[in-house]
Amino acid sequence: MNIKFKQETFRGDFTYRNSPENIMRFPFPFHEDKYMYAVNMEPHVPAGPKGYAFEHMIDVDEHYVSEMQDRALVLKEDPLRCQALPHMMAGQWDTLELLMEQQAANYPEHFSLTKNADQWHWVNRPLGIDQKFTYGDASTLPYEPMEYITRQAQGDFCIVDQRDGNLWMDAGMVTTQADWSLDFDIGMNFLEWHGPVPLAHQMGVFDRALKFLLNLQQGKPVRRLNWTMTINPRLDTSPENYHKWGTDRLTVTPENVGDKVHLRCELQSLWRLPRSNAILFVIRCYLLKMDELVTVPKWARRFHRVLRDLPNELADYKGLTRFRPTTVEWLSKHDDGLPTSPGIFPE
Amino acid sequence: MLVQGIKSRPVYTGLTIDPNARRHLFALEGKGVDALHDQVKIHGPDFLKVSDILSVGPLATVQADIMWSAPTIPVLLNRLRINLINAKMGTRLYLAGTEGFIGQAMKVALDQDIDFNSILTEHRGSRARRVQCVHCKGITDDVKTSPCVCTHCGLNLLVRDHYSRRLAAFQGVCIDAEEPGTAPPPVEMFP
Amino acid sequence: MTVNTEMHVRVAKITQVAERVKRFRFERLDGKPLPVFSGGAHVVVAMRDGDLLRRNPYSLMSSPQDQSAYEISVLRVEQSRGGSAFLHEKLTQGDTVIISQPINLFPHDVRGRKHIFMAGGIGITPFMAMMDQMAREGGNFELHYALRDRQHGAYWQDLTERYGAHRVKIYVDAEKLFIPVEALLSNQPLGTHLYVCGPAGMIDGVMNKATHLGWPKQNLHSERFLAPPPGKSFTAKLKRSNKTITVGTHQSILEAVEAAGIDAPYLCRGGACGQCETTVLACDGTLEHNDIYLEPDDKTSGTKIMICVSRLKGDEITLDL
Repeated sequence: MNIKFKQETFRGDFTYRNSPENIMRFPFPFHEDKYMYAVNMEPHVPAGPKGYAFEHMIDVDEHYVSEMQDRALVLKEDPLRCQALPHMMAGQWDTLELLMEQQAANYPEHFSLTKNADQWHWVNRPLGIDQKFTYGDASTLPYEPMEYITRQAQGDFCIVDQRDGNLWMDAGMVTTQADWSLDFDIGMNFLEWHGPVPLAHQMGVFDRALKFLLNLQQGKPVRRLNWTMTINPRLDTSPENYHKWGTDRLTVTPENVGDKVHLRCELQSLWRLPRSNAILFVIRCYLLKMDELVTVPKWARRFHRVLRDLPNELADYKGLTRFRPTTVEWLSKHDDGLPTSPGIFPE
Repeated sequence: MLVQGIKSRPVYTGLTIDPNARRHLFALEGKGVDALHDQVKIHGPDFLKVSDILSVGPLATVQADIMWSAPTIPVLLNRLRINLINAKMGTRLYLAGTEGFIGQAMKVALDQDIDFNSILTEHRGSRARRVQCVHCKGITDDVKTSPCVCTHCGLNLLVRDHYSRRLAAFQGVCIDAEEPGTAPPPVEMFP
Repeated sequence: MTVNTEMHVRVAKITQVAERVKRFRFERLDGKPLPVFSGGAHVVVAMRDGDLLRRNPYSLMSSPQDQSAYEISVLRVEQSRGGSAFLHEKLTQGDTVIISQPINLFPHDVRGRKHIFMAGGIGITPFMAMMDQMAREGGNFELHYALRDRQHGAYWQDLTERYGAHRVKIYVDAEKLFIPVEALLSNQPLGTHLYVCGPAGMIDGVMNKATHLGWPKQNLHSERFLAPPPGKSFTAKLKRSNKTITVGTHQSILEAVEAAGIDAPYLCRGGACGQCETTVLACDGTLEHNDIYLEPDDKTSGTKIMICVSRLKGDEITLDL
C-alpha cells in the first residue's frame, strides 16, 4: 500500500492535519461513555476495519516523514531524550531487528530488509536511507542500534529489562511523550516510574499489570490504549519544555476549540524481545483535533460524555483542568444524547 | 502533572545489621552516627570487629576494625568508592544521614554494582532535598521549600516527591509554566 | 482470544552423548527459521504417547542464534513419570512433536560484572546456551560443573575445549572432587551473580551456603527441573467448565484438566512461574503444595493452588476452572 506522506509541522505554525481517511483509522480509546483506569491489555493482533491503526503491528501512516523530522529537531535540542544504560546493548539489537522486520514486511513499497547471515541491508525510501551494516557490530552504524532505528520509526520506544521479579526502564527514545522525562525515569522500576499516576495504585492496576507483563511471551505481543489531550498538534509535550508549551493551555477559547484542542491517543504495545529477554514498550502517538473528531458522530457523543464525567484527579493529572469546561461546552453541541454502540470503532 | 501526594519516593528501611554479612561497611553523615549507636545497643558490639566505619561530621563513639573520618562529603564518597572497588560479595552497606547524603552515597554504591536492595538506609537529620530541574538538568542542593528557585536557570520549581535513584534527586518542574509570574510564595516543606 | 504460536518440528537427530543422556535435535516442518532466544530459555514439548499427550519443559542447549534447529538433552530418569522414558525408548528420528515458543525463566542478570554458573548433572543444559551467548556478547563467566562420574557426565570435554580450563572447572563425585562452594563464594567481587541448576538438594545446599556468606537474594538464581510428584488419585470438580475429572496417581491436576479438553494457563509446568495459579473453591482433604511460587500465607489460606505440581491429599477438590 503506497502511503502519501505529508509535509507538515508539529511546532511553530502547526500545519499538521489528518486526511479524511486518516481520521477514520484513528485508534479512538473509549469503548464506553465513561473512562476509568484498567489493565485493559489485549493481544496485539490485527483488528478493526481494513486500514485501521490495528492492521499492522507496527503502524506507519501519512505523518511518518514529518514526525521523523520533528524527532530529529527534538534530539538536536536535547540529546538526553535518547539514552541507553550500558547493559542494554542486546535489547537495542533486538529492537532494531523487530522494527526493521515489521516495517519491511508490512510496507514493502517503502522499506526493504535483506539479511545475509549477519550482513544486513536496510533501505528506507521515504527518508532516503540505504544502509549496509553488520548485525551485532555497532561500529557499522552511524548511531547505536536503538537510536538508529527509532529515528526511523513513529512513536516512543522504551526497552525494559526484566530482573528481580520487576521491570526496569533501562533504555528509551522519548520525543513524543505526554509529559514524562526519560532522563529522570531511566533506571526506575515499573512501580516507580508509574509513581506519579493518581488513583491507579490504590486500585491495584499496576500490581496486576506487572504480574501480567512478567509472563509476557515471545510471539504474543499485547496492546492497550492510553489517552490525554494536547493544545495544538504538538508532539513534544515533554516536561523539559513545559515552560515553553505550558502557556498553550491558556489559549483555548470557545471559538478555537475545534482547531486547537486535540485528543492525543497512545497505542501502546509490548513485545517480548528474544535475545535479551527484555520487553519493548512502544508508545505510538496519534493526534486528532476536535473538528476532525466530531466528523464521526459516535465519537463526538462519546468523547463529550467521557470528558464531562471524568474524575477531577484524572483530569488534573492529565493536565486538562484549564480547558476542560470550554471543551466540554463546545462538544455538548455535537452530542444529541442518542445512545452509542459499545466498542471503539466508528459506526 | 502537578499533582501533589504522589507515591514514588525512597523508603528508608532502617540500619538493621544483617547477621549473614561477612563484612559491614558504614557510610555515616552528621546525625547518622546515632543510627549506628542504636544498632550497637540492639545487637551488641561484635559486628564491629568486621566493620569499616566511614563518617563525616561527629565521630562514632564505638571501636570498630576500621574507622575513618572525612572532612567533607565528597571526600567520604571518594573513599567509599575505593572501599567498594576492593569489597567482596558478602559485604553489606549501611548508609545513614540526610536524604541528600544517602542519595549520593547510594549512587556511588550502585555504580560499583551493589544491588540497591542490599543497601540498608536510615534517615537522620534534616529533610532538605537535592532537586533536579527537569528543564536545565541542574541540581540544586539543600532545598527546604516548595516552590524553590533553580539555582542554575532561575525558574520557579514545584518540588515533587518523584525521586530518581540514578540522579539522587527529586524532580523539580516549573510551577508557573502555564501562567508565568503566578508562582505561589515558597513554603517550608523539608526542614 | 488465544493466539497459537506453537511450532511443529521433526526429530532430525538423536545422539547418545553419555550414559543415560540423549540429545534431540528438532527442525521445523515448515522450513521457516526457528525464533532466536535468550540463554536459559526452555520450550514445552508436546508429544503423543498412545492415548496420552505429554507436555514437558526442556531447557534449550543449542546456540541461541542458531535458527535452523533447537537441541535439548534429556537424562533417562529412573523414577520417570514416563516423559524421559518415552523420549529415550519410544521417540525416533523422523517423528513429529509440537514445541512452544521459547520461554526464559532463568535469564542472566545483564548488569552482572561476573557470572558464576554451577551445574549438577543434567543441569548443565541451560548453561550451555547461556555460555554460547555470553561468549559472543563478551560476558565474564565461570562454570563449575559437578558430575557423578565421567561416563554419565555430558559435554564436559566439549565445554573445557571450547571455553578453556580457566573458565570451565569439572568436579567428579566418583573421584571425590567436589565444588568448593564456601571458598568460591567467599572470594568474589561485588556485582557477581550465582546461578545454580541441578538436583534440588544441590540447589538448596548452595543457596543456603550463599545466604550465610552474605550474598543478597538478588544475586542468587536457580532453576529447578521440578517434576510433579505422584500421589493418591482424587476427584477435581471444575466449577466453570461444569466438569468432574479424576486426577490420576502419576498425573498432575494440570495434565488431568488438559486431558479433559480444557485449556488452562501454564508457562513453566514446574511450580515456579505463577501462571497456573488457580482458586480453590472447596476441598475435602489437605492441599499438598509442591510449588516454589506461593507465599507461605497463600499456602495456608487454602484458597490457592499451583495446578502444575500441587495435589490434594483427600477425596475431592473444587477449582475455579
